[in-house]
Amino acid sequence: MTMTKIALALSYVIVGGVLGGFLAGFDRILTARMQGRKGPPLMQPFFDVLKLMEKRTVVVNNHQTFYVACFLIFIVLTGTLFFVGGDLLLTIFALTVAGIFLVLGAFSSNSPFSIIGAERELLQMMAYEPALLIAALGMYWITKSFHVSDIVSYGHPLIAVLPGIFISVLFILTIKLRKSPFDLSTSHHGHQELVKGLTTEFSGSSLAMIEVAHWYENIMLMGFVYLFFASTPIIGIAATILVYILEVLVDNIYARLTWQFTIASSWIVTGALAVTNLMAITLFLK
Amino acid sequence: MNQISFLILFPLVPALLLAVISNQTFRNVIVWVSSLSLIFVSISLATAHLGGSPEFFSVESPILEKLFFGGEILLSLYLLWRCKGITKKESYIPVLIILQAGIGIFLELSGKLPKVENAFYVDNLSIIMALIIGIIGTIICIYALGYMKEYHEHHTEIKNNTRGFFFIFFLFLSAMFGVVLCNNLVWLFFFWEVTTLCSFWMIGYSKTEEAKRNSYRALGLNLLGGLGFSLALFYLTFLSKAPTIELDKLIHAGSLLALIPACLICFAGLAKSAQMPFSSWLLGAMVAPTPVSALLHSSTMVKAGVFIIIKMAPVLQHTTAGLLLAGVGGVTFLMTSLLAVSQSNAKRVLAYSTIANLGLIVTCAGVGTYEAVWAAILLVIFHALAKGLLFLTVGTVEHKIGSRDIEDMGSLIIVKPFLGIVMLIGIAGMFLAPFGMLISKWACLKALIDASPILAILLAYGSAPTLFFWSKWMGKILSVSSKAKALDSPVDSNEAIALSSLAIPTILTCLLFPLIASVAIEPYISSIYGQTISLSQGNLTIMTIMLGLIILVPLGFIFYPRKQKHVFGYLSGANVSGSASFLGAMGVVKDVANRNYYLSSAFGEAKLTIPSVFLGIALITGMFVVVLL
Repeated sequence: MTMTKIALALSYVIVGGVLGGFLAGFDRILTARMQGRKGPPLMQPFFDVLKLMEKRTVVVNNHQTFYVACFLIFIVLTGTLFFVGGDLLLTIFALTVAGIFLVLGAFSSNSPFSIIGAERELLQMMAYEPALLIAALGMYWITKSFHVSDIVSYGHPLIAVLPGIFISVLFILTIKLRKSPFDLSTSHHGHQELVKGLTTEFSGSSLAMIEVAHWYENIMLMGFVYLFFASTPIIGIAATILVYILEVLVDNIYARLTWQFTIASSWIVTGALAVTNLMAITLFLK
Repeated sequence: MNQISFLILFPLVPALLLAVISNQTFRNVIVWVSSLSLIFVSISLATAHLGGSPEFFSVESPILEKLFFGGEILLSLYLLWRCKGITKKESYIPVLIILQAGIGIFLELSGKLPKVENAFYVDNLSIIMALIIGIIGTIICIYALGYMKEYHEHHTEIKNNTRGFFFIFFLFLSAMFGVVLCNNLVWLFFFWEVTTLCSFWMIGYSKTEEAKRNSYRALGLNLLGGLGFSLALFYLTFLSKAPTIELDKLIHAGSLLALIPACLICFAGLAKSAQMPFSSWLLGAMVAPTPVSALLHSSTMVKAGVFIIIKMAPVLQHTTAGLLLAGVGGVTFLMTSLLAVSQSNAKRVLAYSTIANLGLIVTCAGVGTYEAVWAAILLVIFHALAKGLLFLTVGTVEHKIGSRDIEDMGSLIIVKPFLGIVMLIGIAGMFLAPFGMLISKWACLKALIDASPILAILLAYGSAPTLFFWSKWMGKILSVSSKAKALDSPVDSNEAIALSSLAIPTILTCLLFPLIASVAIEPYISSIYGQTISLSQGNLTIMTIMLGLIILVPLGFIFYPRKQKHVFGYLSGANVSGSASFLGAMGVVKDVANRNYYLSSAFGEAKLTIPSVFLGIALITGMFVVVLL
């Protein structure tokens, strides 16, 4: 048991990042095709990160790199926890800790653009947290366990009983994947109102660490989506890929929205769909 | 029994001494000696009884009964006398005092009061409370030594009544020990009212108009709660099918017999813990000197309210009234967490967060299942530590930088590194995994989803703003401004000792909490419910790993090679003098100023306070309607 867990943990630490990198490459090709461009090669994100590593790291102060390192470490820890089948609530809390480290890194620079980015990142965390927690509660109610391992081996498709929760997770996934219309805290392009928001003052290897952390994070999030379909692995994988394509599509057809809309819409969607879903199953599926 | 009488009676000795001595050296010696004795005795009480089954002590002493009766009358007379300062709007206060005193005197003279078999008791919950009072309470007293000296140096306009301050402080400690160790509800109620008096006196300390009004509001609302307690005693004596005024017998009577008095007592608990709709008094109480906020209004006195509600949990379990009570807590948690987002005054943020966490404890206690009570007790412990620490830190920071506004605490980590680190530990302790409060919240979520999903949803929504307002505060402290310079003004040694001795346990309890749970909480739970929960080893390992990382990674960075190139922050290329100022559009040099988001248009007090108060009133009314029908 412990041996398989260690094996799982190691394979996530090694493979998770690589897979995340390919996902990012896939994302860029897909985006390009949607915009009628050819797009970069699949390996482009890896080239980018390698190039960033080569560059000299320019910082405003020494603390920044520390926070970013913590961000990366905690993201990997979160994913590891998830993929070894650990406690889902604990995983969500670890994800929060990781997010806060990134925010603190941005605060630390005391530069206006990064601080506004940091504030917006916190707003986004506030927007998505209820949906994630309620999703965990819903899965617990059905499977009677908070452990990812038990949820995966439950045997019946969770999507059938948790459709509302699933949609609310899709909604906040747009925030988590930093896609439009909810990419308030950073933007993939310079020259916008926030410059690069949260990541304005990061460069070189620090920026590379942030990129790699996102790869790990995205794989974990896709794992979360997979949980809803875990009873049939092939459908699960297909659904996960479809969800990602959908997120890229949404990214391309929406303009960025305000923080007020982000919080209000995610809380309302969570309230209307996830809460109703949870109340329904607790009333009818004792 | 010796330890119990020592804990209740001994604090009166330093109280009286400190009331007459104004020499600072003598005061230091008295406070230190009596604090150390209280710490020693409360620990020895714990070592003697911890983990065991509840023990009861009978006291056959007519004189003692007369003394308590006399004390009650004196208390009411003193409060009536203090009513000379009330305004027309506050004229309900004397009415409440007379009503309460009337019920008290009537009960005593009627001769119908049920006979009390055991007047005092010790169980694991009261030991936990006694340790909180005995250790955190006395640490705050030591802190107050340095604080009050500086306080009067900063506020020369306020009349120096440090003697009265320390008298009340130790009187309060005595009363708190009484509240958690008394099995005789009449006596417990007497101590309860003494804490109300202490709080009233302390809030009015500065004698400003605002302080006076706030102190009367606190008095009025707590007396209203106290009236609930009086009515419970009245009910238990005259109307109950199983008359008793003993706490343990009341709890064992079960929901069928004891629900009405239990709800009345919980009403008093709600007022004391400043739950909606009573929350305004605790916010007003922030005008008091900071050690008072730490001791009375976050670590101990407000905990008396949740303590008594936790005690009632077995009665409330599986009742609609209990769920409605839990709803009061849940609504309070959600609303005050949102309200805290809109505050930039550090003490108000702490006050709102205190009310929120007490709300969470009430939620768990109202649900009343063994899992929920387990989580509630864990919350009590961690909150007392971390919040006490935070209040004290804010107090010291205020004296050093001259402001308690979070916006003025920018770069605190550079300006005053010790205070910055201590404050970070306190904040992390409040909301970050794997620190104490987060562990408790996690336990709460698990307990609530099993008992009542709607309460778990309130918790899920309420914890989101919590992370927002704590993180932006943390960010403020950690931001490194190029203008920031280290401040050369040492922290008073008493204050530094107090801060360190709260900060270290805040971290240690994360490592030791499985031990605390198995030694103190689980015996209490299993003695009442016959079953208990124990933690899964896997999760404990993970939390230890997380804590290890949070502590070790910073150490690793001491040896990190510093080859990085330093530049100034990006200001769209218009930087002037580094990144401290920039060249504005009209060619004017402007300073860079970063401020946090407060979202007052969405979560401001003007918007949320009134709806929350109404929700609170509705739920409490619902609770009584359900009980009485």
